[in-house]
Amino acid sequence: MALLELKDVHTYYGAVHALRGVSLKVEEGEIVTLIGSNGAGKTTTLRTISGLQRARSGSITLNGKSIETAPAHEIVRLGIGHSPEGRRVFTRMSVRENLEMGAFLRKPGPEVQADFKKIFDLFPRLKEREFQAAGTMSGGEQQMLAIGRALMGQPKVLLLDEPSMGLAPILVEQIFDIIKEINTRGTAVLLVEQNAMMALGIANRGYILQIGEVTLEDDCKKLASNPKVKEAYLGV
Amino acid sequence: MATATGTVRTERVRGQFFLPAVITGFLALMLGLLGFEQFLNAMTLGAIYALIALGYTMVYGIIELINFAHGDVFMVATFVSIAVSTTLLGQTGAVLDIPTLIISLIVLFTVTIVVMALVGALIERLAYRPLRNAPKLAPLITAIGVSFILQNIIQFFVGPYITNVPQLFSTQWAFTIGESRVPLLNLFVIGSALFLMVVLQLFISRTKTGRAMRTTAMDRDASSLMGVDINRTIMITFLIGSGLAGAAGVIHGLYYGNTTFTLGFQSGLKAFTAAVLGGIGNTAGAALGGFLIAFVEVGAAAFGFGRWGGAIVFSLLVVFLIFRPTGLLGSSTGDRA
Repeated sequence: MALLELKDVHTYYGAVHALRGVSLKVEEGEIVTLIGSNGAGKTTTLRTISGLQRARSGSITLNGKSIETAPAHEIVRLGIGHSPEGRRVFTRMSVRENLEMGAFLRKPGPEVQADFKKIFDLFPRLKEREFQAAGTMSGGEQQMLAIGRALMGQPKVLLLDEPSMGLAPILVEQIFDIIKEINTRGTAVLLVEQNAMMALGIANRGYILQIGEVTLEDDCKKLASNPKVKEAYLGV
Repeated sequence: MATATGTVRTERVRGQFFLPAVITGFLALMLGLLGFEQFLNAMTLGAIYALIALGYTMVYGIIELINFAHGDVFMVATFVSIAVSTTLLGQTGAVLDIPTLIISLIVLFTVTIVVMALVGALIERLAYRPLRNAPKLAPLITAIGVSFILQNIIQFFVGPYITNVPQLFSTQWAFTIGESRVPLLNLFVIGSALFLMVVLQLFISRTKTGRAMRTTAMDRDASSLMGVDINRTIMITFLIGSGLAGAAGVIHGLYYGNTTFTLGFQSGLKAFTAAVLGGIGNTAGAALGGFLIAFVEVGAAAFGFGRWGGAIVFSLLVVFLIFRPTGLLGSSTGDRA
């Protein structure tokens, strides 16, 4: 049984049919990437998983338990962490308060304190900025905060929406190293990216999304050498 | 890095002392300008405006709705407080000794606040929640509708008259400071309003629910991704905002001694102006705005322009909307960097 599984999920924005039957799965310990051009439905897929958007039909299961009708705040509790598109950190709160919000559903205690340490280990930059307002940080730092904040909820699956967006290449490398590190520490990752080259470089499996449908799924190595993928997404 | 944190810290310290200094200066100036008794009047009026303004600003902060029914929630509260005090003490509401007064006040405030909090939450549940994802104009028009409904309910059951409110405080109870007379009632009004504002600030800044309210105001989606129950948080905001209007209603009754079903319109508009002057969405700003407006009104009256009070206050609103639409304490930058 897959850790997270979507079967034939349809999502609408008003009259717009955004997801036209998306099926995908994420197994324990995997990094899975979702690749597609603008408007393909990548962000919608993540928003549907975390309950910000409702699926009109289809099923979403986490550990076999169906979550497609649960409200967003319950889905967090069940083990899905979501670092949303555009980072969406709480700009007028400090880095520390943002991370505390990430642990909103957890009882404060030594375990949460230990997680603070882990996050600061992973992102030393955030430690330096601990009491600074999140809105005053650079894009890369805010991205780190958004990921750290999602991790504070101890997710079983981490949904990452465009973590490389708007970042300098050197920072992108850094963020991707950290994603790998998070994964080796035991969190499964579903990674949405425009930077297909980088995403295929670290993920185990990948799905290609086109106009709301999965058109291709395979091992990342095979995807990276597929001529169609190369032409459309890798710019070769 | 040490220097960077250093500057952040000093800025924070400067911010901490700047505002209290300005406020103290302003109060001292007003005291000198108006004299003690008018100063006390302005503070009392300001306390009422501030309590109502808090409800406007909290609701706006969290769902970006100008809750036009909020002034009428305050108006209903004055009638609820009449019902409570007549049940408690009979028609005259005469209280002769301090212990009875204290107990009556506690019951009066508690019951009115709880009733109004529930009324506010009910309004949210029935009128605004179904429109949560509708265009912004829809809940705004609904709020005007709710305002009329509340006015008509009171007019239907109580009548269109000016109704007297039992006076719990004897006018005999007063202190004398120098040559000025300080009624106990004024001190009580100012003290209880400030107490409620401090409790509110602590609640918002220190508790988990308060923090959820702040993050929901900043970014609703991101907040629910943290596990915040958005509907519950919005309902709590209405509970608190309406409860404060309840307290303002009790205070208004005690201080002015009468009320009528149209009371909410004028007071609501002024409190709304206070919320805008302070920076809509900002609770400390709403409290400041409330006192500022009261000083403008009382000041106008003290210098012989009493009838112009409203005109001056609303002109101030226009001036602010043109030159500083974010208000006194509103941030000049957007939410997203």
